[in-house]
Amino acid sequence: MKKTIRIPMPVRYLINFALLAVLLLTGNFLVNIVDRYYAKVLMLIGINIILAVSLNIATGYLGQLPLGHAGFMSVGAYTCSIFVIRASFLTNYIGEAATFWLGLLLAGIVSALFGVIIGIPALRLRGDYLAIITLGFGEIIRVILLNIDSLLGFEFTYGASGLKNIPKNTTFLNVFVLVALTCALVHTMMKSRHGRAVLSIRENEIAAEACGIKTTYYKTLAFSVSAFFAGIAGGLYAGYLGILNPNTFGFMKSIEILVMVVLGGMGSMLGSVISATVLTVLPEALRGFSDYRMVTYSLLLIIVMIFKPTGLMGAYDFSLSRLLEKGINVMGGKKPVKKGDGAK
Amino acid sequence: MMTFIYQLINGLQVGSIYALVALGYSMVYGIIMLLNFAHGDVIMIGAYTIWISITAMGLHPVLAVLMAVVICTLLGMFIEKVAYTPLRKSPRISLLITAIGVSMLLQNLAQIVFGANAQTIPSIVTAPNITVGSMQVSVTAVITIVVSILSMLGLTFLVQKTKMGKAMRAVSEDTEAAQLMGIHVNHTISFTFAIGSALAGIGAALYCCAYPQATPTMGSMLGLKAFVAAVLGGIGSIPGAMIGGFVIGIAEALVKAAGLSVWADGVVFAILIVVLLFKPTGLLGRTMNEKV
Repeated sequence: MKKTIRIPMPVRYLINFALLAVLLLTGNFLVNIVDRYYAKVLMLIGINIILAVSLNIATGYLGQLPLGHAGFMSVGAYTCSIFVIRASFLTNYIGEAATFWLGLLLAGIVSALFGVIIGIPALRLRGDYLAIITLGFGEIIRVILLNIDSLLGFEFTYGASGLKNIPKNTTFLNVFVLVALTCALVHTMMKSRHGRAVLSIRENEIAAEACGIKTTYYKTLAFSVSAFFAGIAGGLYAGYLGILNPNTFGFMKSIEILVMVVLGGMGSMLGSVISATVLTVLPEALRGFSDYRMVTYSLLLIIVMIFKPTGLMGAYDFSLSRLLEKGINVMGGKKPVKKGDGAK
Repeated sequence: MMTFIYQLINGLQVGSIYALVALGYSMVYGIIMLLNFAHGDVIMIGAYTIWISITAMGLHPVLAVLMAVVICTLLGMFIEKVAYTPLRKSPRISLLITAIGVSMLLQNLAQIVFGANAQTIPSIVTAPNITVGSMQVSVTAVITIVVSILSMLGLTFLVQKTKMGKAMRAVSEDTEAAQLMGIHVNHTISFTFAIGSALAGIGAALYCCAYPQATPTMGSMLGLKAFVAAVLGGIGSIPGAMIGGFVIGIAEALVKAAGLSVWADGVVFAILIVVLLFKPTGLLGRTMNEKV
């Protein structure tokens, strides 16, 4: 039997870090030379990637169908911006950037809490009932954000007139770092024991339970991790836009994120990343024919679903090391490593 | 007390529209397990059909309503054939995304063709209010409630007593077994879509009586609430859809009457969540085994 070359683990990490560094440098270089408009699109792509990857935890890996992801995003967005506005005294001590990072962390934590609170009752239901109950929660969050001020006499969310003058702290650098962190954390989590428990629930919940996996615990865990990253994306979105209106985070926003995940392929991180990129760039690129861009978008959606129902990438996931191994082995005249053998 | 009764009638009127639309969702869900997101937009097309028929073609309102029903039926069957049939064997989530795609397509096409602004629909029913004792009841409310109850009775008859109804129940029970028994599954599913969309056409007419204007996005919130009504009552059950519609309609009317109209959407979804938590299959979900 011929021995195939495998890249050892530490080298794989190094390769990935090198790739990240190269991407970051080129991205940062690009942002500085291109138009501000393109820089904004680039940031939006990053935010959408975090959203799609986070929803992919609940849809692709856990196998549920939540339709309230925009709700978590709005919780994160409001938490982060209210924190940044109210805690402006902190900037004197730790600086503006650090305050924003703290706000993002807080946004993630509060969203994750909401994920637990909503997840425990909602995850008792299955399939479409879960979809509709999360949709309900998402809409309730929106209605509360719209009206809480007038009910309690607060001046927090400013209801329909929108929360204005949020410091625009989102830069390409922090979006990029968070995208990389999100992908890395989600990836390592899914390769861990906990991740396999989550995957087993997707494959067969009853069998998983029979094997001694605490299904409720892991479902809630996956759901709240998903909410955590959605909250962070929300915080970035707030710092990107500078103004928040609860109606942005309606049902259609949740659908938009779900479309990214399904179009890319459920359970494929590469798919989520690619389709989030494409679906962010596409409407911008079609801005020239503004009347027909949404028609094109929806037609494309239908056509892709009819001809490739599992999404563009299916369940395939990309691994740079695997690709390199293949290249080395082919060049060395050896049989390539079987697909699925080499983890990232 | 008087306002309470008025609001109750108001709620019944809106509720019966929700119920009619909910039936469309419920039947389609029962037969191919699809949340047909495009259903609300079929209603929107129905409303525009009525608008064109009356203003541009000068048809009599009754003919306009008939026209809307015919167009909606054809549209529903067309959508099913083109977008849903190729995906019958695919993962259900792909089907769902396709339905969302169809919904967006219809909305944006309508926006291009008819413009984003609301079009005012001339009143369909022109009759004086009915006076009962000391109160005035609008004719449209009475007509809406009566028409929807009649449609509901007709549908129950169709599903329970006719051969096609039996086929529908069989297909929703077990598609493959039904096919082995010689039931033409494709025809049955098309027929279900046709009936659901025809009800959507009637719903469009009744909706136009209550809120006489058409906008490209009018279908989404109406559809969402009707869907909530269907789930609330127990999806797949005809009386369930009716009860769900009335509950949602009355709750909404009462919340609005209490001066909290901004909370109306929230209350609707809160009711849904509470019901689903205590009865995960909806109010009548378990007791009705026949899903159509």
